[in-house]
Amino acid sequence: MWTSWTHSKADMSFNPQYLFLIPLLPLVAAGVSALIGRHQRKLAATLAIGSMALAFLISCAAFAASLNAPAQGEVFRQVFNFNWFQLGEGSLRLGFILDPLTAVMLVMVTFVGLLIFIYSAGYMAHDENFKQFFCFLSLFAAAMLGLLISNSLLLLFICWELVGLASYLLIGFWFQKPSAAAAAKKAFITTRIGDIGLFLGMLWLYGKTGTLLFYDGGNGCLESSALTQLVAQTAFAGMALSTVIALLIFCGAVGKSGQVPLHVWLPDAMEGPTPVSALIHAATMVAAGVFLMARVYPLVTAQAGDLSLPTTAAQVITFVGAITAVFAALIAVGQNDLKRILAYSTVSQLGFMMIGLGVGGVAVAMFHLITHAFFKALLFLGAGSVIHGCHEEQDIRKMGGLRKFMPVTFATYAIGMLALCGVPFFAGFWSKDEILHAAHAWPGSHIPFYLAIIGAFLTAFYMTRQVCYVFFGMHRGDKHHAPHESPRTMTVPLTILAVFAVILGFLGTPAWPWFSGWLTGHPVEFNFGKLLAGGALGMMVLSALIACGGIGLGWWVYAKAAAKPSIELDPLEKLSPVVFGWLRGRLFIDELYAATVIRLTTLLAVTSDWLDRVLWGGMVQLVGGCTNLFSRLNLTIDNTVVNGGFDQGCEGLRESAGWLSRLRNGQLQNYLRTIGAALFVLLLFLIWGRQ
Amino acid sequence: MNSFPFLTTLTLIPLIGGVIVACLNPERKQFARRLAIVFSLAALAFAVALWFSFKADGGLQFVERAAWIPSLGIEYFLAADGLSLLMVLLAAIIIPFAMLSSAKIDKNPKLYFSLFLFLEAGLFGTFTALNFFHWFLFWELSLIPAFFLIKVWGGKERTRAAYQFFIYTMVGSVAMLLSFLAIHAATGTWDFIALAEIAGKGELKSALFAKLGGTFFESEQTLAMFIFVGVFLGFAVKVPLIPFHTWLPAAYAEAPTGTSMVLTGAMSKMGVYGFIRILLPIFPEQMREVLTPLLILAVATIVFSAFAALAQKDLKRMAAYSSINHLGYCLLGIFAAAQITGVGTDSATEKSAALSGVMLQMFNHGLTASALFCFIGLIEQRSGGLRGIDDFGGLRKVAPAFCGLLGITLFASLGLPGLNGFIGEFLIFKGTFPLVPWAAAISTVGLLVTAVLLLTILQRVFTGPLRKEWSGWTDLTSRERLTIAPVIALMFILGIFPQIVIGVINPTVLNLIKQLSL
Repeated sequence: MWTSWTHSKADMSFNPQYLFLIPLLPLVAAGVSALIGRHQRKLAATLAIGSMALAFLISCAAFAASLNAPAQGEVFRQVFNFNWFQLGEGSLRLGFILDPLTAVMLVMVTFVGLLIFIYSAGYMAHDENFKQFFCFLSLFAAAMLGLLISNSLLLLFICWELVGLASYLLIGFWFQKPSAAAAAKKAFITTRIGDIGLFLGMLWLYGKTGTLLFYDGGNGCLESSALTQLVAQTAFAGMALSTVIALLIFCGAVGKSGQVPLHVWLPDAMEGPTPVSALIHAATMVAAGVFLMARVYPLVTAQAGDLSLPTTAAQVITFVGAITAVFAALIAVGQNDLKRILAYSTVSQLGFMMIGLGVGGVAVAMFHLITHAFFKALLFLGAGSVIHGCHEEQDIRKMGGLRKFMPVTFATYAIGMLALCGVPFFAGFWSKDEILHAAHAWPGSHIPFYLAIIGAFLTAFYMTRQVCYVFFGMHRGDKHHAPHESPRTMTVPLTILAVFAVILGFLGTPAWPWFSGWLTGHPVEFNFGKLLAGGALGMMVLSALIACGGIGLGWWVYAKAAAKPSIELDPLEKLSPVVFGWLRGRLFIDELYAATVIRLTTLLAVTSDWLDRVLWGGMVQLVGGCTNLFSRLNLTIDNTVVNGGFDQGCEGLRESAGWLSRLRNGQLQNYLRTIGAALFVLLLFLIWGRQ
Repeated sequence: MNSFPFLTTLTLIPLIGGVIVACLNPERKQFARRLAIVFSLAALAFAVALWFSFKADGGLQFVERAAWIPSLGIEYFLAADGLSLLMVLLAAIIIPFAMLSSAKIDKNPKLYFSLFLFLEAGLFGTFTALNFFHWFLFWELSLIPAFFLIKVWGGKERTRAAYQFFIYTMVGSVAMLLSFLAIHAATGTWDFIALAEIAGKGELKSALFAKLGGTFFESEQTLAMFIFVGVFLGFAVKVPLIPFHTWLPAAYAEAPTGTSMVLTGAMSKMGVYGFIRILLPIFPEQMREVLTPLLILAVATIVFSAFAALAQKDLKRMAAYSSINHLGYCLLGIFAAAQITGVGTDSATEKSAALSGVMLQMFNHGLTASALFCFIGLIEQRSGGLRGIDDFGGLRKVAPAFCGLLGITLFASLGLPGLNGFIGEFLIFKGTFPLVPWAAAISTVGLLVTAVLLLTILQRVFTGPLRKEWSGWTDLTSRERLTIAPVIALMFILGIFPQIVIGVINPTVLNLIKQLSL
């Protein structure tokens, strides 16, 4: 029955049937470490790291297989679908997929994950729930990898929810801190709001196409016959059904990827241990929203009419991304918590990826996703190293001068920062440049381009502010506890990530855009001339200028401030206390939600409860009272007026009413006597009836 | 088909057990409990054996049919299809689970446990009888032990809660009985299957009108609707559907732990079962006529109860409202399946998804909700009767296993994929959304609010700094772990391999769809 496997293709070097091993390995590690005793710390860490290393090796094999494009213009794609359970006459099918999109994500997640797992072994060494930490991390890895190999929106949704669970467990890992517990709940609920949209989109897609498999030999929901059918139908407001479904699915991505207006959970998620912030809330899970949109991209771009203009879905994605990019970057300028700055930076960069997706397509967005994963993981792990070295201090105003105390951390952090700012030749430069380039050429509107430029400038500015405060100037922390460099389990992963934060960018330069060629199935040649050709060079110069401008302004403003022994007022605060207050207060979005959504929920809850007790309860009382009254009235009338000779119906009524009224005096004996009598009568009736 | 009366035997096991336990020496308290558990486990083993010998080919199995009171058309008619069997299995699992969770019963334990066995017999009878008279007998039989269990062993407000429970259900039952008397008068049969056939041919309305029409009822429609409402009321109270639900929070909250578990785990399914077994096949036309109001009621049940749960302070009342919410999805699915949207295979797919989802949800909710009440009982036991959401804090520090297993239960209840709750809810929504998009869309609010509720419970009770007064809190003992472990294991198994259940119910679902499209 449910094991009737179906094969798609037989000629392959890597059978996608075995893709499930990649998530299964960490899942087994999670399961085993859930069951072992809490003191078997070494076993838990070994299991987690070992399973991740194996998963990485298998991912590399899958990646290698995906390098063979079948033909020019065709994307490598292999699927393996199977029945999960029967559904009416048919069955519900799930599947695995291997294509460049999956392959690159698999390698990135397993590699970054492996480094972070190793780093965690050092970072969490003294935590009493060490074992549990690795159990949750492995659970996360399993769900995330499952999400990547899904060839079915349902399977993807299942894993999507499970990464949400892992995120919940890890944010709330230090559960004795009420703030951590609250942040965990907030993250789960906020993302679930988006997930409701995704859920509805999924139901709609399923209802209309009859399948949730992405690719199924021509019958999948992302293949041309289904898309043609979806484009032909109008849902409402003149939008094609494909667009509406794409937008509903995008709701899920907004929640997971922290886009405005559902971004509020991500900065709070920094309550979790720093490796968690690096792995889940910077490099991998939050990028799942971008991955999801990349996966369903055919749905986003499907349209019937004028093909030169972007679809409504693409426009919405672009604008949400652009607004998020600027909005979060602005807030980041006003934050003093080392990790929160990085969190807002992540939100902002995810906005950039969304812009890339809307204006340039999958390759542009994915390139930034991959480079960002490396340099942002680097920055978070660097921040962890700083926090570790500064004895759990997170306020950047109380740091300063750390470049002398922590040289390795400083050097690697600086590389990450330069990559994030988009300084030429670092990875972030190339990927951000592609986004700007595509935004400039976008036929929809020029506004996203300008917003992206502002966002890029602000990014360079706030990162310089942070680096000045943390690494330059003089040390403003506790004089008795000098900061120290972190152990090698932490600095080695930093160094490896730093190397990638530089070299990864060369996979997607205008001269040799190998990455996008591979993703779209168009092998490319190296052509140095393209680097200097018109638009490309101009955009590179512009983006370099923006990055250097932001860094220069940041240095000019903050270098002097960082040199002082203490920071009472931020230089910008002196300039305009009101504006800075708004930035520091995160533009008061959380307060706005507390005053509206949360208050409304409470109000609805109280109202429902009141309705229950007063209205429904009251109605019952009323009905009871009326019955009682009616029965007495009836009794009186019967006794006085109708003296015998009343018809059968009236008698029935009187009996039932009297019975009810007697019940209400709460005497069980009477009630039971009635039942007994009724049963007796019934029996007599039945016996009599037989004759 | 079968010569051996399997289903009668199944019902007799707890019945005989109940009588034996009731006759024991009142001094032998532990023995009474153990014996009762042995009987319930025997019933479980028998039910499991039936489950595995069941051939999922769509027909009724284990049929026992004999004339009982021929002149009145009363037959002894027992049989099982996928749905019956699933519910029998659920009841057979829940009863020993509830008994094992009732270790602390001190007041007259032999009576307590024998009432449980009578209740089990009532449930088995209800889920296997196909003749109204016979079925109704068991329907009412299960009510009486439940009443006494609340009344005698309940909390402070037990008397009021027990009466409310009894009167409410009784009023519903009386309405249903009157309707069936009318139906019998018109058709001469009590047989559910025969009645569904008559209704399928469209002859029920006219038969009713020929017999009872006249001064009060001017048209066939009104009369049939009147009869329908009577039956509907009986089930709507039992499930319950807002606004017939006010008995439930009090009954669940006041009942002793084991009884709450059975009330929510097994007895609340009687109502849903009635909707599928009786209302849907016999009154599809009437349901369609008032479909919009019915859907509104289902949606209101889902949304209101979710919000009302959020306003509660007592963990048991929270779980009670959450239980209403979860059964609301079942009704949503059933009502959606009653709709006609054109003819064709498409809507058949949606309907089968909705009905499969409903049946899965019934079973899954039974497991999850009873486990939830079991945990609340354990909390109450350890805290000396406290069970307010604000009475605790930080318990995860001293009771990690408790928190972990309760966490799994809560996440199963909020529909986390990978655990059992998800598949049922997904299929209900998958079926409902294309048939009635608005109802499905509004109902998703319930999914969200339930998540808020369950995570709030975890947050308030288990996280934050540990309160001083609970520093001596004991984690789950190995006996408690053993009691709960099988149910938790089932949550995982059914979440990952729902085919185990679907394989059995699918032919039943297809049969129902066939009937509905007549």
